[in-house]
Amino acid sequence: MAIVFERPHSLTDVSSHYCPGCTHGIIHRLVAEVIDELGIEGTTVGVAPVGCSVMAYNYFECDMQEAAHGRAPAVATGIKRVHPENVVFTYQGDGDLAAIGTAETVHAATRGENITVIFVNNAIYGMTGGQMAPTSLVGQITQTTPYGRKTETQGYPINVCEMLATLEGSAYLERVSVDSVKNVKAAKKAIKKAFETQIAGKGFSLVEVLSICPTNWGMDPIESLDWLRENMMKQYPLGVYKDKTKEGEE
Amino acid sequence: MSDKVLMKGNEALAEAAIRANCRFFFGYPITPQTELAAYMAKKMPKAGGLFMQAESEVAAINMVYGAAGAGARVMTSSSSPGISLKSEGISYIAGADLPCLVVNIVRGGPGLGGIQPAQSDYFQATKGGGHGDYHMVVLAPASIQEIVDLTGEAFDIADRYRTPVMIMGDGMLGQMMEPVTFENVGKGASDLPEKTWATDGTHMKRKKNIINSLYLQPEDLEKLVLEREQRYQVIKEKEVRYEASMIDDAEYVFVAYGTTARIVKNAIKTLRAEGYKVGLIRPITLFPFPEKILAETAKRVKGMLCVEMSTGQMVYDVRLAANGACPVEFFGRTGGVVPVPDEIIASFKKMVGGDK
Repeated sequence: MAIVFERPHSLTDVSSHYCPGCTHGIIHRLVAEVIDELGIEGTTVGVAPVGCSVMAYNYFECDMQEAAHGRAPAVATGIKRVHPENVVFTYQGDGDLAAIGTAETVHAATRGENITVIFVNNAIYGMTGGQMAPTSLVGQITQTTPYGRKTETQGYPINVCEMLATLEGSAYLERVSVDSVKNVKAAKKAIKKAFETQIAGKGFSLVEVLSICPTNWGMDPIESLDWLRENMMKQYPLGVYKDKTKEGEE
Repeated sequence: MSDKVLMKGNEALAEAAIRANCRFFFGYPITPQTELAAYMAKKMPKAGGLFMQAESEVAAINMVYGAAGAGARVMTSSSSPGISLKSEGISYIAGADLPCLVVNIVRGGPGLGGIQPAQSDYFQATKGGGHGDYHMVVLAPASIQEIVDLTGEAFDIADRYRTPVMIMGDGMLGQMMEPVTFENVGKGASDLPEKTWATDGTHMKRKKNIINSLYLQPEDLEKLVLEREQRYQVIKEKEVRYEASMIDDAEYVFVAYGTTARIVKNAIKTLRAEGYKVGLIRPITLFPFPEKILAETAKRVKGMLCVEMSTGQMVYDVRLAANGACPVEFFGRTGGVVPVPDEIIASFKKMVGGDK
């Protein structure tokens, strides 16, 4: 009998700590499938963040480093500069990447640091129990915005891809979603392209993945996916925000 | 012909690091360590290495974390306020057992403080700085030649024990010029373990390596912290360095490190000429602290005078080592004020009860 579906080799065979209905599992799998397909497991080094995916170092079969909160792009910079021939990726949430780690994100991008960032945006701090994130929507109710995010006091959501697209050093930026089979497939394509951008030495690549957090959103997974489509996608339109990979080919 | 060259402390340290095969430097501008980074920017590319100016001290120390974890010989340098920012990263580096060199060319504090020489970061360097049960090995040179020699040793100590090592100087040592030779640097110790733990890619030939300081099971974390503590005990046995000068017949002993020790030596010269039997114990390693020689000496002298460019930080360790065997007094200037021999002599005479 032919095997038609199995665990990617670069995904470890352990149970994850993620909540039921969480989309981190899908995104982990997509990253692992891409690593497998590109045949780069042996030369890839991943960097885990602080947040829900803090233990991502247990879930990927490649070498891993665990960074301090927000510092993954700086840690990845150190790794990549020592071994430029290796493939280096970070896996970060919205609090890690767009609040405490904004400086590291922006400067890795503007240096054109040849790394790949997988940015999981679920508009909330999950690990600590559902506080407002820099990407929380206006009006969104969280533990620390119990009356909804108000622009007068909490300002506006950060659109990371749009912000980084203004920087010359960014080579490839795309926002995707994992709310449907079609979008999951598109997300994988984007993640693969991001890794290929790095392998080709083109510079900084980032894929922002719109993700759900049923536990802290207080919805079931189906409602969460609807909420993502109806609310998050309006604030965070899917699409390619920067693509320098074609440069020099024409 | 002598192969000595005249160099500033900051530049000599940078040159020594390159000769000690450090090829990665991550920093952020701050006075008074400026010349160190500038020298690196100029010379590191020529040595086939990397100088990187990071967006902050925080980013720089985390780049050091990544590079050290990837197996590189790596360093950063800064001055007091910058070291405060790096302290979080140093805690993570200690927690992940990564070797690296951190240079602190100390200036007056707290806060922005000033830019003149100080020794007021002793507590921060030897008692933590960052959070958690950890230590750095802290080396305190008192001359440019000693900066050079200790820089070579610092990398070896870091690699031998998988620990961050700090060289703590001050603005005076950083800016001062002295003739130096590099003949003792770059030979490299032969006992350094291979970095089998480095994340340089599995190449599908070994199990994956993880660089990490997170352990959610208390028993697991305790085991690792205790294992590290045992390594600190070995460091305490094997890596203590100090200079003892004229202590054999001494009735009183000064304790001072770095720049201050040089000034104390001048005071001792004067006091000896006046008939006072005084000597000096100069800790070269601040961690591990030279407790043994201080404890032995405390038992046979009438008193000790600790001199620092601070309001009194190392003096606590001197008192712990003396353990009540003799009185331990303190004299210090702080805020960037460098003490002069006369005021040290006056402080000594006050301690012994006036002129002879």
